[in-house]
Amino acid sequence: MSLVHEIDYGTPASQSDTPITLTIDGRSITVPEGTSIMRASMEAGIQIPKLCATDMVDAFGSCRLCLVEVEGRNGTPSSCTTPVAANMVVHTQTGRLKDIRRGVMELYISDHPLDCLTCAANGDCELQDMAGAVGLRDVRYGYDGDNHVRARNDGAINAQWIPKDESNPYFTYDPSKCIVCSRCVRACEEVQGTFALTIEGRGFESRVSPGAHEHFLDSECVSCGACVQACPTATLTEKSVIAIGQPEHSAVTTCAYCGVGCSFKAEMRGEELVRMVPWKDGQANRGHSCVKGRFAYGYATHKDRILNPMIRENISDPWREVSWEEAYSHVATEFRRIQYQYGRESIGGITSSRCTNEETFLVQKLIRAGFGNNNVDTCARVCHSPTGYGLGQAFGTSAGTQNFDSVEQTDVVIVIGANPTDGHPVFGSRLKKRLRQGAKLIVIDPRRIDLVRTPHVEAAYHLPLKPGTNVAVMTALAHVIVTEGLFDEKFIRERCDWSEFQDWAAFVSEEAHGPEATESFTGVPADLLRGAARLFATGGNGAIYYGLGVTEHSQGSTTVMAIANLAMATGNIGRPGVGVNPLRGQNNVQGSCDMGSFPHELPGYRHISDDATRETFEKLWGVSLNNEPGLRIPNMLDAAVEGTFKGIYIQGEDILQSDPDTKHVSAGLAAMECVVVHDLFLNETANYAHVFLPGSTFLEKDGTFTNAERRINRVRKVMSPKNGYADWEVTQKLAQAMGLNWNYAHPSQIMDEIAASTPSFALVSYDHLDKVGSVQWPCNEAHPEGSPIMHVGGFVRGKGKFIRTEYVATDERTGPRFPLLLTTGRILSQYNVGAQTRRTENVAWHAEDRLEIHPHDAEQRGIKDGDWIKLASRSGDTTLRSLITDRVSPGVVYTTFHHPDTQANVITTDFSDWATNCPEYKVTAVQVSPSNGPSEWQDDYNDLSRRSRRIAGKMEAAE
Amino acid sequence: MSHDQSQEKLIRMANQIATFFLSQPEAGRASGVASHINKFWEPRMRRHLFDSLDKGVDGVMPLVMEASAMINRPSAPAEVDRRNDAPKSI
Ligand code: SF4
Ligand code: SF4
Ligand code: SF4
Ligand code: FES
Repeated sequence: MSLVHEIDYGTPASQSDTPITLTIDGRSITVPEGTSIMRASMEAGIQIPKLCATDMVDAFGSCRLCLVEVEGRNGTPSSCTTPVAANMVVHTQTGRLKDIRRGVMELYISDHPLDCLTCAANGDCELQDMAGAVGLRDVRYGYDGDNHVRARNDGAINAQWIPKDESNPYFTYDPSKCIVCSRCVRACEEVQGTFALTIEGRGFESRVSPGAHEHFLDSECVSCGACVQACPTATLTEKSVIAIGQPEHSAVTTCAYCGVGCSFKAEMRGEELVRMVPWKDGQANRGHSCVKGRFAYGYATHKDRILNPMIRENISDPWREVSWEEAYSHVATEFRRIQYQYGRESIGGITSSRCTNEETFLVQKLIRAGFGNNNVDTCARVCHSPTGYGLGQAFGTSAGTQNFDSVEQTDVVIVIGANPTDGHPVFGSRLKKRLRQGAKLIVIDPRRIDLVRTPHVEAAYHLPLKPGTNVAVMTALAHVIVTEGLFDEKFIRERCDWSEFQDWAAFVSEEAHGPEATESFTGVPADLLRGAARLFATGGNGAIYYGLGVTEHSQGSTTVMAIANLAMATGNIGRPGVGVNPLRGQNNVQGSCDMGSFPHELPGYRHISDDATRETFEKLWGVSLNNEPGLRIPNMLDAAVEGTFKGIYIQGEDILQSDPDTKHVSAGLAAMECVVVHDLFLNETANYAHVFLPGSTFLEKDGTFTNAERRINRVRKVMSPKNGYADWEVTQKLAQAMGLNWNYAHPSQIMDEIAASTPSFALVSYDHLDKVGSVQWPCNEAHPEGSPIMHVGGFVRGKGKFIRTEYVATDERTGPRFPLLLTTGRILSQYNVGAQTRRTENVAWHAEDRLEIHPHDAEQRGIKDGDWIKLASRSGDTTLRSLITDRVSPGVVYTTFHHPDTQANVITTDFSDWATNCPEYKVTAVQVSPSNGPSEWQDDYNDLSRRSRRIAGKMEAAE
Repeated sequence: MSHDQSQEKLIRMANQIATFFLSQPEAGRASGVASHINKFWEPRMRRHLFDSLDKGVDGVMPLVMEASAMINRPSAPAEVDRRNDAPKSI
C-alpha cells in the first residue's frame, strides 16, 4: 500500500468546449480554451515551479515563481494567470527564468525559520519542494533585519512576530511560517464560502488573519479544513499530523456522517489514522469537506466504546461481559422462546442508516428470512419516509432526481425546510458558490437560516412561514403560477397526465388557495409569495432542495407531493440544473431505504405483496416470505405496550433519543423481554437493553454507503475492528445461531446478492466501483454508467402525476396553555443524536442544546439570554438554557437535539405524517418559563442512565 | 398506552388518511383509503381497526367506514402462530 497521490494542476479545469493547441517545451498539447499555461504544462507532464497557485482555487499570481517565456511576447508572464492561446510556444526553463526563480526563493527562505527537521510538514512542504526544484543553494540574507521568524531580535521584542494560534481543536496556525501566498484566504472564500480569513496589512507587514485579529475558534471560521489543505507550508497544520507525523499509506473511503457522502483519503501510519483529507475525485464533494468528516473521527477510539458483548437479565441489573458465543446463543434462544410463547410476529428489528448497505441488507434478510416476519423498519421512518411515499406517487420512484453537480447549472433555487450550511455543509458550500455566481435564492423556513444572509449571498426572498403551514405555502406558489399562466404547458403535455394536471390546476386556482387567502395563517405576506412564485417560474433552471422541515410534519407526504407538483408545473425535471432534491440526514439513509428496510418493501422499493418480487427472494433464500406488511417503529412500540411485541434487534440506532415522545418509546422498550442493541456506545436505548453487541466504525469495515444523490460510494477498511468484528459479521453470526446457513466471506458477496436480486443495482459490484469510483443507481443494462439525472425524457412511472394537496392544519395547535410553536433542527458541528460528535473535540462549538427565542417572547416571560428555562408541552417538560435571537419569529422557538441531557423528545408528541407515520418533530405547541434547574424527568432519567451503564467488575463508565 | 388509547390512535390515523383522500377526485377516495391501509398496515393494526369499527365506536369518518369494505380483514387471531418455519439452509 502507498499514499494515494493526487496531481495538483495549479489552476481549476476550464469548462470550455473549444480546444486550443500549443507547444510547451517542444511538446504539443491540446487543452480547452481558458486553461492556464500552468495547467496545460502539467497536463503535458511538465511541472512549473509554483507557490501561490493550487487547483482548488483561482489563480492569484503573487509569488512570481511560475514565470515562463512565450515566444513573440515580452517579459516573463506568470503561467498561472496567463491563459493558453492557439499556436503559442512556451518555454518553462531558461537561464533567465532560473535566475529569477532562485532570487524569489532566496527572499522567501530568508524570512522562514529553517527548522525543517523538526517541522510537522517535513516531507509534505511545497516550500521545501520548490527550494529543491529551483536549485536553491545559498541564501545571502540573514534574519538580522526585519523578520517574522523570531520572537525577539537581539533581546528586543520583535513586533512582527505573532505567536501560534492553537485555539482550534483540530489545527494550528503558526504565523512565523506563513509565506502570505493567500491560498488559505481564497480557499475559505471560493471553496467554503465563509470569508473568515483576510490578508491584513501590505507588503512585508501583510499577514493572514481570521476575522479582525480574532483567534480561529472565536472567528467566523467553521473549521472545514479547506485552508489547511490549501496551505503549502506548515503554517496551517492538522494537530494530528503534529502529534503523529506524516502518513505512509492511504485508502479512499466515505464520510459516515451526513447524506452528502464526501469522499476522503484516510491517511494512515500503520493502523493509526493520521488525518482524513477530502478526495478531489470524490464526485459528491469535489475535494471539499466539513468539520465532521474532516476532523471528528475521534469517537472511533474513544474510551467509552464498548468492546465486549454484554448481557443482563433485567434492565435494573448491572451488565455482565460475556463471550460472543454466549451472546449469540442467548439472543437466538430468547428470540425463539419469545416467538414460541407470543407468536411469530412478536419480534422484529431496526436497520441503521449509519451502517453500510450490505449490513442493512443482512439485517432485513435476517428478519424476513430468519424471524419469518416483516417487522423491519429503519430510522428513515423518523426523517425521510414521506419523501419515499410522496415522490413514489408523483414520479414513480422515491429518490432525489439530480446529482450535486447539477447545482452548478441552476438559476433559481428554492430551499425549504432545510439548512444546508449546517445540515449538509459541503453541499451548502457548493450552493453558495453558485449563488455568488448570480443564481437566485428563495428560502422557505420559519427561521432565518444562515443562507438568508451570509457573506456575498443574499436570498431574493425569505418566506418566514408559521411551522406546519408548508402545504398551504407550496400550494399558494402553485396558485400564482397557474393563475398567472406561468406554467410550462409543453412539458406538462409531453411528460405528465394532462387531465390530472387540469384537475390539479383547477384545484390550486381556487381563491382559497391563493396567497391573499392563506396569508392570515401562514404568516407569509402575499406580495412576497407572489414575487417568489414568479421568480421560480420564470427565472430559468429551477431546483428545489428540501429537508426534514418538509417531511417531519403531519402533512409531510402532502408537502413532498406539492414540491413534485411545482417542479412538474414549471417543467423543472429531467435535465441538469433542475429537479427535486431531498437532502438526506444520515450518511446512508438513502441506502437503508433502498435495501428494503421498510416493513412493506423488499429491496428496490418493491411491495411485499408483489408475488414476482417475493418469488425472487424466496428462491434465493430458500424460504417462503410473508406477504403482509410488518410493523413500523411507532407501531412496534404500540404493540409492545399492548403486549404483543416482545423482542427487538436494533443495529446502530438510538431510538430512545431520536424518536418522538420519549416516554412512549421508553414504555414500549420497557415492556419487551429481549432488547438487543448493537452499537458503538451504551446509547440511550441501551438503558432498556438486555443484550449489548459491540459495533464497529466505518474505518473498520468494507462496504458501501449511498448518499442523497443515489451515489453508491465505497467504504474501505483501514484498521481492524476494535471490537473484533464488523457489524455484518455480527449479524451473520447471529443468523447462524438462529439456524440460518449464511457464509459470506466478504461484503462484496453481499453486494453481489443485492445486484442479483434488485434490478436497479444489477450492474453494481465492488470491481465496478473500484474502476469507476462511484456510481448513481439505477445502474443496470439500461443505464450501464449509472444515472446522474433521473426522469430524462420521461418519468419512471410513465406520466408524471399531479396530485391535489389540500392544507389541513395540524392537530398540534397553540392555545392558552401552550402558546408557542417549537421547531427543531441541527447545527454544523454536531450530528444527529450526537453519540459520535459529542465524543470528539467538536464540543468546542456546541457544548449544549439551547432554546432560541425571540426577544419579544423572552421579555414577556422575564427570560434573559443564557437563563435556564423550562420547556413544556402536553407530552412532558425539560429544561435547557435560552438563546435570545430574532432569527426566530415571535411565537416560534427553536432547538437542536444533539445532547441526551436535553431530552428534547420528551416534549415532542406522537402526532405523525398521515401516510408514513413519520413523526411531527417540526411543530409542537409549547410554553416556556423561567426555571432553576433540571426537570424531575431529567433527574430520574440521569439516574436511570447512570444505573444502567454499570458493568460488573468495572468502574462506572463516564459519559 | 392502554388498549383503548391504541384503538383511539388507530382511528386517528385512519381519519388522517381519509382526510387526505377526501380532497382527491371523488372516484378514488374510498379505494385510496383502503389500498393505503392494505399496503401499509400490519394485520394486527387492521384487526384492531375492525374491532373498533365493528363495535361502532364514535369519531370514525364516514370515508373510513366506506373504505372498510375494501380493507383486507385479517383472519382472527385464534391461535398464536408459533411456527417459525424459517429455513435451516439456503
Ligand atoms: S477552516 Fe474553513 S472556514 Fe475556517 S478559515 Fe479555514 S477555510 Fe475558512
Ligand atoms: S497560512 Fe499558508 S496558505 Fe495561508 S497565506 Fe500563509 S502560507 Fe499561504
Ligand atoms: S458530514 Fe457530510 S458534508 Fe461533512 S464531510 Fe461528512 S459527508 Fe461531507
Ligand atoms: S504560482 Fe503563479 S504567481 Fe505564484
